[in-house]
Amino acid sequence: MDFLIFQVPMLTLQAVLDGLLLGVLFALIAYGMALQWGVMNIINIAQGDLVILGGYIAYFMYLYGIHPAWGVIVSPIIMYFVGVIIYKLVINKVVDRDLFISILATFGISILFMQLMNFAFGADVVLANSGYGTTMLFDNSVTLPNSKIFSAFISIVFAIGLVIYMKKSKLGRAIRATAQNARAAKILGVDTEKVYAATFGINAALCGVAGALISITFTIHPYMGLPYTIRSFMIVIVAGLGNLPGVAMSGMGLGVFEEFADYILGTEFRIGSVFLLLVLILVYRRFKLSRKREYLK
Amino acid sequence: MNKNIILYSAILIFGIAAPFIFPAFKVQLSILCILIILAITWNVQGGEMGYNTFGNILFYGLGMYLCASVQVGMFFPLGEWTEGGGEKTFVHTPAQFFQGFAVGLAVAAVVPAIIAGLIGYSILGLRGHYFAICTLGLGVAAGEISGGIEIIGAGQGFTTPPFPNVDRLEARGEFFYFCSFVVLVFTFLAVKAIYSTRFKLVLNAIRDNEDKAEAMGIQTMKYKIIGWMISAFFCGLAGGIMGGLVGYIDSTDVAFDGREMGVFMVLMAILGGKGTLWGPVIGATLFHIFKEGFWTFFLGWQYVALGVLIVVIVIYFPEGIMGWLREKYPERFGEVVDEADRKAQVTLK
Repeated sequence: MDFLIFQVPMLTLQAVLDGLLLGVLFALIAYGMALQWGVMNIINIAQGDLVILGGYIAYFMYLYGIHPAWGVIVSPIIMYFVGVIIYKLVINKVVDRDLFISILATFGISILFMQLMNFAFGADVVLANSGYGTTMLFDNSVTLPNSKIFSAFISIVFAIGLVIYMKKSKLGRAIRATAQNARAAKILGVDTEKVYAATFGINAALCGVAGALISITFTIHPYMGLPYTIRSFMIVIVAGLGNLPGVAMSGMGLGVFEEFADYILGTEFRIGSVFLLLVLILVYRRFKLSRKREYLK
Repeated sequence: MNKNIILYSAILIFGIAAPFIFPAFKVQLSILCILIILAITWNVQGGEMGYNTFGNILFYGLGMYLCASVQVGMFFPLGEWTEGGGEKTFVHTPAQFFQGFAVGLAVAAVVPAIIAGLIGYSILGLRGHYFAICTLGLGVAAGEISGGIEIIGAGQGFTTPPFPNVDRLEARGEFFYFCSFVVLVFTFLAVKAIYSTRFKLVLNAIRDNEDKAEAMGIQTMKYKIIGWMISAFFCGLAGGIMGGLVGYIDSTDVAFDGREMGVFMVLMAILGGKGTLWGPVIGATLFHIFKEGFWTFFLGWQYVALGVLIVVIVIYFPEGIMGWLREKYPERFGEVVDEADRKAQVTLK
């Protein structure tokens, strides 16, 4: 452990920029998490595995000679249908039940997906090379791969597009109505079953976009899903349900935290520090609420 | 009562005779004992107290590392033992091995219980799914962090002391089988004794409605911490034995194996029936038979099967075997059923 990062200011800048660009991706995944949590009241442990699956779609396009950036378009379309199929098979049976049931059931889906991806794509760490080159700033002391900038830009575009869609479109209104009160929405003629399926599909599509971007920017591996789930869960509980600016902010904050943990503690503690941070945040909030004799709901 | 004594003694005799009847399955039988212990301990918390945890794997892995570290560290420098490469020049004599193992097991049981007591106040204030996710995070974090600590072998693992050369070849399997069997009997009797006291009623009250339990004057936090400490105590014991049995400890694949053991214990308890004494035992036995069959005949597809199994059990069979039996034959569980009352009940939708 050497604290080179405090001696060289440019490294700090590098870590902050890397973290922000990474955090935008986390925020996109967390947005999907917040959506399904708010609307359907389920916690999806398989979220990270959906991300990785989306990444493999882009990777396969890369293998067959198509530029992986097109994965940003193709992957969400495929993932939407994957999401709807998962909803029809499993999720619709856990929507009204205890949250722990949904956690366990999606844990099962997560294990299933991990192993199926391991069979289908092999256990190697892969990445789709976009060939975008890098940008050098400040006399080459800060290097930013263009693919990271590209992925952050695309995530922001998708997030804004989805916010507008949720505000303006008929389906978006139906989703928001169902989130507020599913029973009342049903009485007023909203087909909640369809709304739930669409919500889960949209969530999966968002994961698909994020996965395609991750396969361009970072690496993907069949067993890498769970940390993404935990990150998005963490972002959502820090920001609170239905607080979109909060999701973006805490996503970027988490990205920066991770980069600093990577520099200061070493790469082997990176994932561990994310999980520990989750525990610390939950415990902090528990103590804060217990002063008012309340607890996290 | 008479019937129970016959049943218990039959199981006890079978347990003692099992390694001699099935000599080829000694390791499997030991693992079965460990799995039953884990399921029972999970049930104390998840079933009776209603705090569904993924984090008991933390105590299991901790026990594993502690037992092995004490066993080595009592006689040799631990750092040199876990250093990679080269021949291991340290050899435990039989006396050292057994002495170290006994002390190691004691440490492996007590320290996790103390840790559970220390972190219990912070963690057990969370409820429901927050608690589940938080404990999941604890388990994974422990695995990732222990994978970075040099003195316990870091990423390359920790070889536990090899079983000393006694003239009989069978001795190793029998030793670990009887170790785990004795601990299983101890665990079962202890939990059975606990379930016959007021303590169990308090735990059930916490499960059914914690706020009301608190309003009735029960110090729920105290009982929750004690419940978790009991869980941790037996989890640590099971982990210590499992470490010796496997002979090799890896941070994420053996010790803090949330993806396997951590889910198995939840699944076994749910399969058998949460909140019953015998449910976890039955669930663990069935699950182990199923798992071994699958692991042997469909190698490679086992996780696919496991994933499907989790989904199917959780969605279609959340009450478990004991719950289903209870629904079918309520009289046998000591419930008084009024037929007219049952018919008069209308389910509201």
